[in-house]
Amino acid sequence: MLKLPIYLDNNATTPLDPRVLEAMMPYLTEVFGNAASRNHPFGWAAEEAVDYAREQIAALINCDPKEIIFTSGATESDNLGIKGVFEMYSQKGNHIITATTEHKAVLDTCKHIEKLGGRVTYLPVDAEGLISLADLEAAMTPETILVTIMYGNNETGTIQPIREIAAIAHKHGALFMTDGTQAVGKIPVDVIADGIDLMAFTAHKMYGPKGVGALYVRRKNPRVKVTAQMDGGGHERGMRSGTLNVPGIVGLGKACELARLEMAADTERLSKMRDRLEKELLTLEESYVNGSREHRLPHVANISFKYVEGEGLMMGVKDLAVSSGSACTSASLEPSYVLKALGLSDDLAHSSLRFGLSRFTTDEQIDYAINHVKEAVTKLREMSPLWEMFKEGIDLSKIEWAEH
Amino acid sequence: MAYSDKVIDHYSNPRNVGTLDKSKKNVGTGLVGAPECGDVMRLQIEVDETTNTITDAKFKTFGCGSAIASSSLATEWLKGKTVDEALAIDNMEIVEELALPPVKIHCSVLAEDAIKSAINDYRVKNGLAVLEEAKSHH
Repeated sequence: MLKLPIYLDNNATTPLDPRVLEAMMPYLTEVFGNAASRNHPFGWAAEEAVDYAREQIAALINCDPKEIIFTSGATESDNLGIKGVFEMYSQKGNHIITATTEHKAVLDTCKHIEKLGGRVTYLPVDAEGLISLADLEAAMTPETILVTIMYGNNETGTIQPIREIAAIAHKHGALFMTDGTQAVGKIPVDVIADGIDLMAFTAHKMYGPKGVGALYVRRKNPRVKVTAQMDGGGHERGMRSGTLNVPGIVGLGKACELARLEMAADTERLSKMRDRLEKELLTLEESYVNGSREHRLPHVANISFKYVEGEGLMMGVKDLAVSSGSACTSASLEPSYVLKALGLSDDLAHSSLRFGLSRFTTDEQIDYAINHVKEAVTKLREMSPLWEMFKEGIDLSKIEWAEH
Repeated sequence: MAYSDKVIDHYSNPRNVGTLDKSKKNVGTGLVGAPECGDVMRLQIEVDETTNTITDAKFKTFGCGSAIASSSLATEWLKGKTVDEALAIDNMEIVEELALPPVKIHCSVLAEDAIKSAINDYRVKNGLAVLEEAKSHH
């Protein structure tokens, strides 16, 4: 028997893998020591667990275990990376380059940098959500200290040309940072091959616990340093003070290990499932995939259904836990800025659904989701005056609407 | 956001969804809202010219659950009313009946506008003056 609602919002967060919980349990109970306690076995046991987690994480992204700085999650890692570089490299320059489709943790941090006197360039993206390498090249200046472009987008799954971006940044003497939140654990991410100098990521997007993440900070070629954004005991090589979240870190480590071992199989299964979902939903007329279909995370589909309204659609797919491109926080709807940046009109952005599949998603759930969405869209279109006009061949853009 | 049972009922089982023949002289059509704003309502009435009574009402709405429910409810209320009685329908009655939260009051306003716009269309078709009061009030 299928349990409803079906969770398909795995870009927001994933459930904890039971194997991760199992690994964490001892550190929530008997092994409770502070990893910074050097004088007794309680501390040593905690430190040993943290070191092991560092190795598990390093093996996933091909770095040195010492290059992992533990944080509370990707938002903190983004903040630490961007603000930390801005402060540490202020002698060299004050210019940062990012993109309009970044997560708020990056965009709002960049806004903060601007208030501090920094200069930030926000690169536009094309209809698939990709930045232009020519735009990036043109934006580079001698004052550019950091290029920060996300690996895979949280709304559309679009994967940026990371290696090419890193090469351009390095050619001009800037560091390259990426927000790897959606990509790490889902697709192969190799900080050496990719040329990444700093990378933010988090446990809870890859079946780990919430409240723990990491910032990868390169230690050689070049040796990168960030100024700490929290003062205290000088943990994490002085870059991030605060008692380590040992059970969380153990969970992150285990999640990374599972991802490394199971990524290939998960990707194959999930991309097949995603493609089936997408193919079926695209049989509905006037439905469109948002983002790049070629350069995309394997578990994400973002589809707009024209002539149905987003909030009504969300109400119609009540058996699914999915995200919509419209954030209805008040009477006025705010369409997704990411979809708007791809050039979508407000109404198409509003009527989008984001499906995020997980290791635990089943074919049966996908079958149900396909039928449920088809029924909801069909029903709402039968009720939609815009759909009727479209069917009659009326050009909706020629109508003088009474704005309200 | 939690919807009231009545909104859910109208959303799940909308009354009087459909289209009346707008070329007929005794059919009035009101189309209000805008796609960019997230709601468009089309409300139609068919009037018995001898009794000035609304004999049929249909709607189609592009919008959220509250917008769909407001227009569905409006068509229910319109049937059997005289045109003058229909003009007296106030958006706050819809708000009360559907228990709409403050952020959804605009849905009821839109429904009232749709009623008045449909009546005006009917009036114009039948050589009557446009009712100024019925003009959109937002």
